[in-house]
Amino acid sequence: MQIHHHRYDAVIVGAGGAGLRAAIEVAGHCRVAVLSKLHPTRSHTGAAQGGMCAALANVEEDSAEWHTFDTVKGGDYLVDQTAARIMCAEAVDAVIELEHYGLPFNRTPDGRIDQRRFGGHTRNHGEAPVRRACYSADRTGHMILQTLYQQCVQRGATFFDEFMALDVALVDGRVAGVVAYELATGDLHVFATKALLFATGGFGKMFKVSSNAHALTGDGPGLLYRRGIPLQDMEFFQFHPTGIYKLGILLSEAARGEGGILRNADGERFMERYAPTVKDLAPRDMVSRAMLTEVREGRGMGPDRDYLHLDLTHLPPEQIDAKLPDIADFVRTYQGLEPKTDLIPIQPTAHYAMGGIPTNIEAEVVLDAEGTTMAGLYAAGECACVSVHGANRLGTNSLLDIVVFGRRGGRAMASFVAGAEQAPLPAGVEGDVRSRIEAMKSGAGGEKVALVRTELQARMMDLASVFRTDTTLGEMAGVLGELRERYGNVSIDDTGSVFNSDLTEALELGYLLDLADALVVSARARTESRGAHFRDDHPKRDDIAWMRHTLVHREPDGPPRLSYKPVDGGLYQPLERKY
Amino acid sequence: MLPPDTLNVRLRVKRYNPEVDRKPHWQSFVVEGMESTDRVLDLLHQAKWFQDGTLTFRRSCAHGVCGSDAMMINGENALACQVLLADAGSDITVEAIRGLPVIKDLVVDMAPFFAQYRSVLPWLIPGPDDPGYGERRQSPDQRERFDDTTKCILCAACTTSCPVFWTNGSYVGPAAIVQAHRFLFDSRDEGAADRLEILGDRTGVWRCRTAFNCTNACPRGIKVTEAIQEVKRTILVRAV
Repeated sequence: MQIHHHRYDAVIVGAGGAGLRAAIEVAGHCRVAVLSKLHPTRSHTGAAQGGMCAALANVEEDSAEWHTFDTVKGGDYLVDQTAARIMCAEAVDAVIELEHYGLPFNRTPDGRIDQRRFGGHTRNHGEAPVRRACYSADRTGHMILQTLYQQCVQRGATFFDEFMALDVALVDGRVAGVVAYELATGDLHVFATKALLFATGGFGKMFKVSSNAHALTGDGPGLLYRRGIPLQDMEFFQFHPTGIYKLGILLSEAARGEGGILRNADGERFMERYAPTVKDLAPRDMVSRAMLTEVREGRGMGPDRDYLHLDLTHLPPEQIDAKLPDIADFVRTYQGLEPKTDLIPIQPTAHYAMGGIPTNIEAEVVLDAEGTTMAGLYAAGECACVSVHGANRLGTNSLLDIVVFGRRGGRAMASFVAGAEQAPLPAGVEGDVRSRIEAMKSGAGGEKVALVRTELQARMMDLASVFRTDTTLGEMAGVLGELRERYGNVSIDDTGSVFNSDLTEALELGYLLDLADALVVSARARTESRGAHFRDDHPKRDDIAWMRHTLVHREPDGPPRLSYKPVDGGLYQPLERKY
Repeated sequence: MLPPDTLNVRLRVKRYNPEVDRKPHWQSFVVEGMESTDRVLDLLHQAKWFQDGTLTFRRSCAHGVCGSDAMMINGENALACQVLLADAGSDITVEAIRGLPVIKDLVVDMAPFFAQYRSVLPWLIPGPDDPGYGERRQSPDQRERFDDTTKCILCAACTTSCPVFWTNGSYVGPAAIVQAHRFLFDSRDEGAADRLEILGDRTGVWRCRTAFNCTNACPRGIKVTEAIQEVKRTILVRAV
């Protein structure tokens, strides 16, 4: 194993939408390197389908204020309202900028960017659904990822493809560098840098049924957590209502935005009972709960009565071809069904982490309730928690988040490095990573990574997903204890240096276990139900006790420690959430 | 939905580990208890996770949008996450895509492929008019004109199925031409002159012998050969 040394002004870890958008902002201002454990265009931004909301008002009246209100209400009032106001205000500019970069949005007859409906996005504070989502068929994320990568290529940004970040050097309260593992060679690379932005995406692979890519193992939050950075609001994990049954592959909410309907075993449009005004276009947390309530009450489909149907059969076939071509193909490929004539078996699928690395509106990582920052450390996108999504993210707001806060993070980083010196990087910062890798390669306990991971995913799905109680979370805490012990006994087959994915999978599992622990501890403490966090034993929202963000801190010995941080309110008072 | 059939699969993988092997060799796995609705990717995972952890391949999204797992399955390029066992059968051979250097097993060096991608100036080259604070206008028909080639996920299945590319690695290849096509037929783009000069060069579109392998290989259903023909015609029209 060789050690290579590099020096940059700024390093970005992760090359999905947030990382690439930050890179565009930094490139040309200073020396920047972008590290990604995948080739950039493999990033999971590319799997986003339905759209990116912005109050362009191209097709009907709309305003950024309405968008802000919907975002705050959709997040069950745990949203930091200044951050949401900024995101919704900058959304318009962000969409226009993407168009200028060449993004092929669908168009209106007069050539403007077309817009469509999406869950939880409404006219005038909840009156009716509004057409706010700008889109490119049902591959909006693909087009955003491609377009941002094209812009980075044009600017000559420096990429280190298939470099997996494994540790950071934080010295005297500031960033000094990052340590990465090169997949092709097994060598370690130490990057000295003044500024470091994490944009590593989510960690949905801790659940059995998930829309997330295999790569989404929370490496960024995981490695920072181990270095003492707290994580925020980890108990809020979104389950998307329309995952392909058993596989979890996402079928965009745009399917319902275009008129699709959810039906139970009786053929009933059950969302009429749960959300009489917006029905199938209620926010995702409510729809997923409604679906699983139907299943609990015996109105699910199939031999195990555990799935429901998405019905697109009443839509004009040409509308499916034009607006939903990719998801129609997923149904054909993976279910052998024809969405124009067949009902589609679906179940909620683990989709999005609202929580993550706490940041402020400049994407600077914050360490406590007072907003103390660490000089040079930034995070943006799903791995971050700014918090614009609060307890439940609205559809399309993730693509918006990555573009707006990727840009803000890049801008803040560029201005920071202009006035900052490189912090001295101690010799041997790669030592911990080297020992971890060597320990993993020489592990003789005989435990298999895949078995531990499968058990983690299955038990998290059963005990800590859409419905939770103190009992289920307590049980999961016990399971995690056992799994961590088993993880300590893992052996891998591949002890080589070249493209050792046996090793990287084992390292990734370590992060998933830590983050699952953070989630369970945070969720067990929050004795209320809010957004995506629903406690059967505490089914009401409790604003007096719980209108606050959770911060979970990893303790070297013993269980994680919790502290809390106030919500930035002010624009909207919390109301009961009805749709 | 009918319950899937259960099957035992014989999987043969062409393996190469530069740290151990002097040349590639075939290894057989028998994977029991698979279901007909499982993907070839699931099969590879079962072999890797429970039989031999050194088996190496790329994958990420597992549903055909990230482009990581292009490989040759039963002799044809495809994404492992898009081919179901119901279609691939119970006797399956898998090897790396051809024409790019093998790093290990099914993992190839993508650097030459992305260099070809970069060579066609794959970004919007707008005209001199400042669009100001609004979007550029583009009619639905203008948008539709290049829709097909926007679907490309850069998986390299097309380029590495092309017999011309196999014999001459300097050929820019179908994927790069698809990327160029996406801009050449975008009404907002004015970079045609530069791009067509590159594509009209000796390593450009004229190397294509319309074998249609690329179109057959594309996991996104892009009419790749047709796109290449359209670029050829554009060069000819401009030359007149």
